[in-house]
Amino acid sequence: MSHEAEAVSSRGGGISAGIKTPRPKSNWLKHEMAVPKPWAVNVGRFALFIIMLLLWEIGARSGLINSFFWSQPVEIARTWWIGVQTGAVWQDTLYTFRSTVIGFVLGTLGGTLLGLSFWWSKYYARISEPFIIMFEAMPKLALAPIIVLVFGIGIGSKIAMGFAITVVITTLTTYNGVRSVDKDLVRMVYSLGASRMQVFRKVIVPTAIPAMISALRINIGLALTGAIVGEYIGSERGLGRMIFYAGQTYEISLIWANIFNLSILSMLLYVLIGKLESLLLKGFMHQK
Amino acid sequence: MMNAYKMELENVSKTYLGTDGNPVNALGPIHMQIPNHRFISIVGPSGCGKSTLFNIISGLVETSDGAIYVGGNRVDGLTGITGYMLQKDLLLPWRTILDNVILGLEIEGIPKKEAKAKALPLLYKYGLKGFEHHYPAQLSGGMRQRAALLRTIMYDREIILLDEPFGALDAQTRAMMQEWLLDLWDDFQKTILFVTHDMEEAIYLSDEVYIMTSRPGTIKRHLMIDLPRPRKPQIITSPQFIELKEEALRTLSEETMRAYQQESAG
Ligand SMILES: Nc1ncnc2c1ncn2[C@@H]1O[C@H](COP(=O)(O)OP(=O)(O)O)[C@@H](O)[C@H]1O
Ligand SMILES: [Mg+2]
Repeated sequence: MSHEAEAVSSRGGGISAGIKTPRPKSNWLKHEMAVPKPWAVNVGRFALFIIMLLLWEIGARSGLINSFFWSQPVEIARTWWIGVQTGAVWQDTLYTFRSTVIGFVLGTLGGTLLGLSFWWSKYYARISEPFIIMFEAMPKLALAPIIVLVFGIGIGSKIAMGFAITVVITTLTTYNGVRSVDKDLVRMVYSLGASRMQVFRKVIVPTAIPAMISALRINIGLALTGAIVGEYIGSERGLGRMIFYAGQTYEISLIWANIFNLSILSMLLYVLIGKLESLLLKGFMHQK
Repeated sequence: MMNAYKMELENVSKTYLGTDGNPVNALGPIHMQIPNHRFISIVGPSGCGKSTLFNIISGLVETSDGAIYVGGNRVDGLTGITGYMLQKDLLLPWRTILDNVILGLEIEGIPKKEAKAKALPLLYKYGLKGFEHHYPAQLSGGMRQRAALLRTIMYDREIILLDEPFGALDAQTRAMMQEWLLDLWDDFQKTILFVTHDMEEAIYLSDEVYIMTSRPGTIKRHLMIDLPRPRKPQIITSPQFIELKEEALRTLSEETMRAYQQESAG
């Protein structure tokens, strides 16, 4: 230690000597700021998954778990592999994927347009309001039998389910976004001589975009649920149809194999939506 | 109507429907004759109808009575006649500063490229260089106010209405912005109507100051400010300035008192 530094530190000591002794440094900062390493997290997650499967397998073999109802991982894996080999896995997943995405796109677009359209006329918005709310309050899954009757057991009824289940919530979300517009912004744009169409395009639509984007994530889950329930009621293909069919014939490992496929599909859809979301946010809201 | 004045307000007044269903007189009748290229301030107790007056002139709100003429033509109820900067900066948060500033031109149908080419030199000249591609949230209050003002200037109207543009700024920024506004006014030869609650600011900037009564606001005094231009900030300590200011403040405080008594009486 240099002479100077010594002088400073001793002076510092002199000052603090009269004051309370400082508490020992805790490492709270380390706890708060620490970010676990991504690879370590992934390893941990995978390990947990394997442990759960192991416990399940052991439980089933030792009779602790009733394998008639719960099946067991090895059995499920075997069933799943057969599906892969026959191509049924791909066919059913693709079928459900397609109906979900089409229902989602139609419902989201339709709801967005409907929600935006309410800005144009308060009269029309007021008249529609109770009907929208009534339809929103109704459990749309209960409509499934009628929808399948009307649209048949083909993909049309699955798309219709996805549409029915997403369109109203999107309408409401978008309309709430539209209504949250800053009235003064609207006045300002009118003061620049804007037409209603210009106000709509330059203020109303951009204001509603965050609400519309937030609806995407909810809608994809809803559309998937709609498609699956549609398949339960009546379908020739799809993951929901497989699960329902396997349940009827007590093929528990087939149920699980398809639930596994469904989880993969669902994750895939969420990843896609996440990508779409960040694209839209970057494009419209200039956020990362 | 003669064309001696840039703008004339005749008997302009506004009545709102109150919450109890009875009409509430919010403004007027107002008479004003605004000569071309003048800087005119309007000062009055809060709630006397200054913003309402600007909303009427800009065509956003209908008059209940009276008429407005610009260059001899009746214009009340028409938007797009004046450039109006409302009390808040009201920049569109999803647009860059450059895109905000050209909004008026865009609405007029001028191609974006052309509008940007027109706006960039102004942004450079008036202290927004380096901020063209920033978003409003990234700018200080003073900078945002500048951008809003430039948007109003870019929307090239001969009459400009500014509603308390510097009301929310700190003293130093405000002083800077005043100089900046005077530069702009000089360069662009606009007729400016300026609402403020700061009498010193009103006198320092203006050729004429209107002092309004409490609600319903009418014109109580019309002061001519014959201080020579260009003015230096030190002018506010000159005897002539102080005299004008005292006179104006006395008039205003009568009205503020009255507004206060009105309010406490219910
Ligand atoms: N849309 C409106 N409906 C009813 N009353 C209003 C409306 N806008 C303004 N007022 C009333 O008119 C009066 C003048 O308001 P304003 O012009 O904002 O005053 P200032 O800008 O001078 O403070 C206020 O008493 C206000 O409450
Ligand atoms: Mg006001």
